[in-house]
Amino acid sequence: MLTVSNISVAYGAISALREITFNVEKGEIVTLIGANGAGKTTTLKCISGLIKPRQGEILFEGKKIDRLPAHQITKMGIVQVPEGRKPFVDLTVWENLLLGAFNRPKNEIATALERVFNSFPRLRERLHQRAGTLSGGELQMMAMARGLIANPKLLMLDEPSMGLSPLLVREIFSIIREINRAGTSILLVEQNAFMALKVAHRAYVLETGRIVLSGTASDLIEHPKVKAAYLGE
Amino acid sequence: MQQLINGIQLGFVYALIALGYTMVYGIVRLINFAHGDVFMVGAYLGFFALTSWHLPFPVAIILAMVGCALLGVFIERVAYKPLRRAARISALITAIGVSLFLEYFSSLKFVFGPYFRAYPRPFPIRTFTIAGITISNIQIIVLAVAILLMIALTIFVNRTKTGLAMRAVSFDHDTARLMGIDVDNIISITFGIGAALAGAGGVLYGIAYPQIHPFMGIMPGLKAFIAAVLGGIGIIPGALLGAIIMGIVEKLTEVYISSTLRDAAAFGILILVLLIRPSGILGKKRDEKV
Repeated sequence: MLTVSNISVAYGAISALREITFNVEKGEIVTLIGANGAGKTTTLKCISGLIKPRQGEILFEGKKIDRLPAHQITKMGIVQVPEGRKPFVDLTVWENLLLGAFNRPKNEIATALERVFNSFPRLRERLHQRAGTLSGGELQMMAMARGLIANPKLLMLDEPSMGLSPLLVREIFSIIREINRAGTSILLVEQNAFMALKVAHRAYVLETGRIVLSGTASDLIEHPKVKAAYLGE
Repeated sequence: MQQLINGIQLGFVYALIALGYTMVYGIVRLINFAHGDVFMVGAYLGFFALTSWHLPFPVAIILAMVGCALLGVFIERVAYKPLRRAARISALITAIGVSLFLEYFSSLKFVFGPYFRAYPRPFPIRTFTIAGITISNIQIIVLAVAILLMIALTIFVNRTKTGLAMRAVSFDHDTARLMGIDVDNIISITFGIGAALAGAGGVLYGIAYPQIHPFMGIMPGLKAFIAAVLGGIGIIPGALLGAIIMGIVEKLTEVYISSTLRDAAAFGILILVLLIRPSGILGKKRDEKV
């Protein structure tokens, strides 16, 4: 479904990604784990079109997307839920969700909204509140709902667990699993490697802009190097 | 009281210009110094529509608005878009360049010509006296058209999908892109709408203060800019509030103190705002984006 081949990115003279290659198949949850600054967010931004890779190629459903503007990539069905949720704080929850559904026809929005409320019932009560008044967990839910309402084929989540209590983290991850079961492929970027590996099918480990390990999530969770570096054992 | 009415009339014309400053700033963080000259072009388009082509007044306003919208979009595409990722000072200097270009190009004999022209009155002036206050039909028209346009703008920004996209883009370009919004397109629309309002302002200014020339945009442009800063730049209701205050202060200074101090009062306001409350009356301190 998504094939990333040999992409490299540099910010000025500092190279952020070096010849990254990986893929996501239909129906999968794939996770990229790694420390701060390993290049996880940069990878997602490359796919969503916010950053243009210096070299390499990205294919989505057989089409080359690495030179397309971000809004067209979103229209094709790749939706990124950015790090830090990036809510439009001055707008209401409803307006935030409407923006998520920006390219959907008007007559589909009501049904899409109902589906989103099934996963995130709490948003229904908050619908006409300003997004700036929401708690961290609610903001993460709104950000995911805003992504889901676009009806993505591939949903990319950047650090969904960041800053949340363990209870909320568990809730968010169970929703991620549900979304995937309903048919959406997921590319998940996480610092919380343990949770990510538990929910994912396959995983890649990034270190300073390179992929250093890859495999099924259940293999990697047992890998001594992963255990030592990311699971704190 | 009489001067208050005159001040409000001037304020509404300023508001039409200030809205363009504030909308463009809100969306690309650029002070578009060519905006006052777009206002001038609007005045001229209305002038030719009324005199050479003998069009009715409402058609003249619409023509000026459409012409200025196209000019605004053209300026954005040619002058500012290539600098989107450059340092902000580059775009600012370019804006001053565009402004000078419009002024001097318009002064050429085969364009608008370097001289003053008397603006036509689309209808005879009639005045009404209500409770000791004299209001002319021109004043009523200026106020009515300006208010109508502002209501239309408010509905557009708050009730339409494109308006919602504009608010999203003004908050954060990248996140707006992730929603599937064509940010470049929204920026062009914003320039177009801002310029159209200035164009209407130009025609209204022409019928209210009936003399136009290619450099007429400089002072109203600067004052509308001050109005936008006074109200809180980037905030749409702020532009209207700031503009009305500016109009009233200017008229009162002119009548009760001295007409030579009129402009000084306007710039004095700018200095005071920058010293006391740089974010403007309705402005709030924005959290720094990480």
